[in-house]
Order: sequence, then C-alpha cells, then structure tokens
Amino acid sequence: MLKTFPIGGVHPSENKLSREARIEYFPLPDTVVLPLSQHIGAPAVPVVAKGDKVVVGQLIAKAGGFVSSNIHSSVSGTVVSVDLAMTASGLRQPAITIRREGDEWAEGIDCSSELVRECTLEPAEIIRRIADAGIVGMGGATFPTQVKLTPPPGKKADVVIINGVECEPYLTADHRVMLERGEEVLVGTSILARALGVQQCYIGIENNKPDAIAHMKELAESFPGIEIVPLRVRYPQGGEKQLIAAITGRQVPSGALPIDVGAVVQNVGTALAVYEAVQKNKPLVERVVTVTGKPLAQPANYLVRLGTPISALIDHAGGMSDDVGKVIGGGPMMGRAMSHPEAPVLKGTSGVLLMRQKESHRKQPDTCIKCAKCVSVCPMGLEPYLLSKLSKKRMYAEAEPERIVDCIECGSCSYTCPAGLPLLDYIRLGKAETLKMIRARAAKS
Amino acid sequence: MDNKLIVSPSPHVHSGNSTRRLMGDVLIALLPAFVVSVWVFGLNALWVTALAVASCVVFEYLIQKFLLKGACSIGNLSAVVTGVLLAFNLPSTIPLWLVVLGSFVAIAIGKMTFGGLGKNPFNPALVGRVFLLIAYPVQMTTFPLVGVDATSGATPLAFVKEALKSGSSVSDILPSISHQNLAYGLTSGSLGEVAAIALLIGFVYLLVRKVITWHIPVAVLGTMALFTAILWGIDPESYMSPLFHLLAGGAMLGAIFMATDYVTSPMTTKGMLIYGFGIGVITVLIRVWGAYPEGMSFAILIMNAVVPLINKYVKPRRFGAKKVRGAAA
Repeated sequence: MLKTFPIGGVHPSENKLSREARIEYFPLPDTVVLPLSQHIGAPAVPVVAKGDKVVVGQLIAKAGGFVSSNIHSSVSGTVVSVDLAMTASGLRQPAITIRREGDEWAEGIDCSSELVRECTLEPAEIIRRIADAGIVGMGGATFPTQVKLTPPPGKKADVVIINGVECEPYLTADHRVMLERGEEVLVGTSILARALGVQQCYIGIENNKPDAIAHMKELAESFPGIEIVPLRVRYPQGGEKQLIAAITGRQVPSGALPIDVGAVVQNVGTALAVYEAVQKNKPLVERVVTVTGKPLAQPANYLVRLGTPISALIDHAGGMSDDVGKVIGGGPMMGRAMSHPEAPVLKGTSGVLLMRQKESHRKQPDTCIKCAKCVSVCPMGLEPYLLSKLSKKRMYAEAEPERIVDCIECGSCSYTCPAGLPLLDYIRLGKAETLKMIRARAAKS
Repeated sequence: MDNKLIVSPSPHVHSGNSTRRLMGDVLIALLPAFVVSVWVFGLNALWVTALAVASCVVFEYLIQKFLLKGACSIGNLSAVVTGVLLAFNLPSTIPLWLVVLGSFVAIAIGKMTFGGLGKNPFNPALVGRVFLLIAYPVQMTTFPLVGVDATSGATPLAFVKEALKSGSSVSDILPSISHQNLAYGLTSGSLGEVAAIALLIGFVYLLVRKVITWHIPVAVLGTMALFTAILWGIDPESYMSPLFHLLAGGAMLGAIFMATDYVTSPMTTKGMLIYGFGIGVITVLIRVWGAYPEGMSFAILIMNAVVPLINKYVKPRRFGAKKVRGAAA
C-alpha cells in the first residue's frame, strides 16, 4: 500500500500531455521584464537605473527585508526602464525592463554542465549563497528559501522533504527535471540537508511517474540519507502539510509551521536552483516551465530566462487560437487565470496552461443538496459547505472556530461539488476577512 | 493579443459530478429491486410506481412554476427518485388515488413547503408514506398474497408480531417463515422492500459509483443486528433472530435508500454513524415493543429531526488535531 496523506483528496484527470517532451532551451527573448515582487514578502529594491549596462546574473535589485529576495538580470543588455509594468493578473507593478544585447554572463558563474558533487561549505555560507542567488520556493509558493533554512530560535529540523509530487494535472516541469537533471537535484538536496544539519531526506514522487521514481532511486543509491518515497496519486499531495503527513505521518497542527514538526519542504526545482547557486555560483535567472493544454500543437517543457513574455512561450508551443478560452499560470487546480499573457515568466511560474473555450466556463450553480462530498474531500478536515455559507453571510466570528483559516485553498471542494457551487470563492473571501479580524484583535490587545 | 480571455478564480476544472447524475445513479441502483417487485407483484407494481413518479414530477413542476415561481427543477431527477421511493413503500394493491394523494403530501408538504430540493428537513417520500399509513391504515396494510408463502397477506413482521402477542413461541412460528423467500423477495410487503438481495445489489452499485458511503447503511443494519442479537441471546423463544430482522420489512430499503437521502442525513462520517445508530435502535424498539409491526419509517423521520443538531456538534476529524509525534525538540 503506497503512502499518502490521511484525510480527503481528489483525483482529477492527470492530462500530463508534455510528460515525454524533453526540456528545451527556450530562445533568448529580445526584452525581459523583471518585477520587483516575484516572491512572498517585501519587494526587492532596485540597484540599477535606466541606461545601465548589465550582464546575465548581475544583481539588479536587492532583498528589501528579511523575508524578501534578490533579483538578477536574466539577460545581458541595457536597462530600458525601472517603472510600472503589466503583470499577468492585469495589475501594474514596479519592474525592471532590460533590452537584450548578446548573452554575456557575469564573471565567476560556471555555466558548464559538469557535475560538482562535493560540498564542504559551512551551513551559514550555504545559506548566504542561497540568499544571494535570490532563490524562492519554485513550486509556486515563492517563499524565500533562505528564510526557510533559518528556523526560529529553539526550533530544529530533523527531516528535509523534497517535493517531486507535482500533483497538479498537466504540469510536468518537476517530472522532467527529475528525469534529466536528477543528479543535480540530489546534490541540491544534500546541500539543503547540510545547511539545516539534517541527516534524513525524502523525495516524494507520485506513482504516476514510475520512470522518475526508478531513475531517482537508482541515482539515490550513491547518496546516503536520501530516500525516494513513491506516493499514491492523490491531489493535493503537493501541499506542504499533506506531503509531510504522507511521508512522515506527522501532522502540522492548526496555525503551526512545518518546522514545528521538524520538517522543511522544498520543491524539486528549488533543489536544482540551490545546486546551481551553491556549486556553480549561478543565481536564479532561468527556470523550467511547462507550456501545455489541449489547444496547443506541441505541449512542451522549456528552460526559460525569467522575464520572458509568456505569450512568446505560447507562440513557440503552437500559438493562441480562437478556441482558447483561458490562460492559466500554474495548474488547473490552484493556478491563476491571466488577463494579460504578454506578462513575464516569474520565479514562481511552474506552468502555462491553455484551456479550450468549452473547458473554460464554470458550471451553472445549482442548489446545495447536502451530499457531504465537499466534507469528505477536504484534506484539512473542514466543512466547506458550512464555511462557504458562513462567508457568504459574513459571519466571520462563527467561521473562525470552524477553522476557516486552516483552508489551503486547494479547490477540492469546488472541484467535486455536484451542484457546481463556487465554494472556494466564498471561503477565500471569508478566510481573508477572518484573518483581518484576527489581526485587528491582536493589534488591540 | 486579444483581451477576451476568461478570468475566474481556481479551480479551473470540475469533476463532472452533477445532481442529475447522482439521482440517475440512485434510480439505476433501484432497478434490481424494481424488477423483482414486478416479478413478485405483477404489473400492479409497475402502475403504482409509474403513477407515483408522474404525480411527484407534475406536483413539483406545478408548485415550482406557479407558487414558488422559480426555475424549473424537475430536470435534476430528484422528484423521480422521490416518486420511486414512495411507490416502493406502498402495497401493490393500494387504490391508485391514494398514490396520487401520497405523492402530493410528499412533494407539496414534505419538500416544496421548505423551498424545494436541499431545504427539506424530512425525507419527502417518508412524509408521504407515513401520512398514508396513519390516515389510511387499512389500505396501507392490506398486502396481496404472494406465491405459496404461509404468511397469507400479512407481512412477516406483522405476522410475527401478532403470533408473539397471542402467546406463540418463536419455534411455533419459525416453520411458517422462510428466510430464503425473504432474501429473494417472495414475501408479502411493500413494493420495493421485499427483495433483500436486489436491494443489496443496488447498495454495491451506489458504493462503486461513490454516490453514498457505507457509513449510514452499515450503522443502521449493524445496530439492528446487534440489538436484536442481544434480545435473541437472552430469550430465543420470545425474540426473532437478527437475520430475520435484517431480511424482513423495510430494513434494507430504509437503510440503503431512505436513510441515505443526502438532504436529510448528516454531513460528517461520525455524524452518519450516530444517525444510523439512532435509526437502528428506534426501529428495533418499535418492532419489538411498539404498536406498529415495522418502525423503519418512523425511525428515519425521528432521526431526520436530529440531523441539524448532529451537524452542529459533530465535526469532522481535523487535520493536525492528532498529537504531534517524532518532532525534534
């Protein structure tokens, strides 16, 4: 019996259209747009001005606080502007725009594909290099990695978990990274363990990627302390709390963090970035992005320079057509629909998914028949029908003891609802309002 | 790039579940019992069922259109399910006008009064049936003779109740009861309740299609079996065996199809077990010591009334409620 998380879950059609597509090096863009806020936390502060010449890997904006992240130029060329630019959600945000000229890299960056396996650096030095390289959680959460590697005083990790689950339908970037760059991921994993002083690492991979499981198992034989854990296919297994529970049996209590149960979780893509930062001195300037969807002629996995327009990726994979109703950044369960696909690829862009017109429309909502399916699929053990109703009625004081803030917004409830009710829409609003209420109360006392 | 892209919050895919599909699956699950019913009771079973379904659908349509003035709701098939379940709780020889009256009470009073599907606290089909049972007891308890069964017109439960009351012991009665016939449906009773095996086939289908979970039926039948086993163990000459209680009367139909009605049953698995336990206990209490030979309908309706309370106090197993183990310092 394969391991999995203890409560709830769904199994949407996997649709991994691009699973066989090797990672392709995406042609260099003419212009890149690099927003200052590609991570959770304070925006980065620009250190270049309009007209400056920059090279690939050069620092262009430095972390604006403890929870923040450096940003490096992903091309060589000239800074055209440090100003507002359109992001995928249609909002204008501060960004640095660079016109590309050639492809000149900063000194000291090792761009060869030669594997550097040994790492004898001190933990503090590893964490410093990771912070310098501007690495964030690349599964989409975009939490600055160095912060996760610096547990608060009195707390200590005893296990590192690498997330190779990729439970979102369609996405295959992590799958391909494990197949094609598995060794680098494993070195990255051992570096993360070294930084935290942890002996035990697990790499969780869902059983719909048997080739990746076999490949990683074979490679991991020469990495003592790293164990590959096949997992039963079930969404949202890639959720941090779900993955920790699936692999270790430990459940992160309500309101607590993974470190409270001794776990640090990092994505496969993050482990690769950590390898490159620490062993090759290469900052985060590119990432693997799955470009997929039924309307596309050639679903693909691209290694893309950050700041490349998403529309360029779409064009390369077969292009937009009248049949496209929706463009999603990320997967279909948790991704964000875009209004402006000409916006740039960011550190957290794991995939670009195109949906056909007929797949893009929501079901007409019906009346709740209290079938309890939402309750049975909720991976946090909540009652979505109730939370949704309380949120709709703005009864946040009643929603709080029902643990509305525990919701991880995985969407399993809305996905499964036979009445097609927008359960998560209301819960998301209610969660935000309840958090506001809790913060206001804390500020008063 | 054109700006006609659809923007909506996640999730962007749906399971394809729909109320209509779930109700359709319930109807398919009821099919084996319906076939047995027509085989045992003849075409009467067909007419009663057809009339109940037609009446329920027409009443719902008319009330929705002219009284509630809402969007037509008969497409979700829930009125069809109510009609079939009501018919399954009636004797095949019932006067047809009572079928129409029962359908009216089920839909108009049991369901639409509260605002229609999803809002009714009580199982509509049972509201209809219990109304008929109380208002027209003679017509509701006159059952046709079936095959060579010695129970001659009375249902096995009624026969046993009468016999035990008049001083017979269980061993006097047993020769006249065939458990095999109870399993196959060759017995007297309401349309859909007679064939335990056919109902169990329906149960398996509902489980496979994930329309319902096992909790309510197993809790109801398990409680009934346990309760009657204790009585039987104490005095096998005064109380019937658990097997008899599970096979006779509306135990299977009630546990599998009536108690599991989404709208009127609890939202959590723990709640479902409590609710099923309550139904089992009340059913046996009525069967063994009550005035009626069968108590399933009353038991479900009583527990329906408790469901809001159960939903308020019984919460699902929360993630992270388990004690943290293995964590470092």
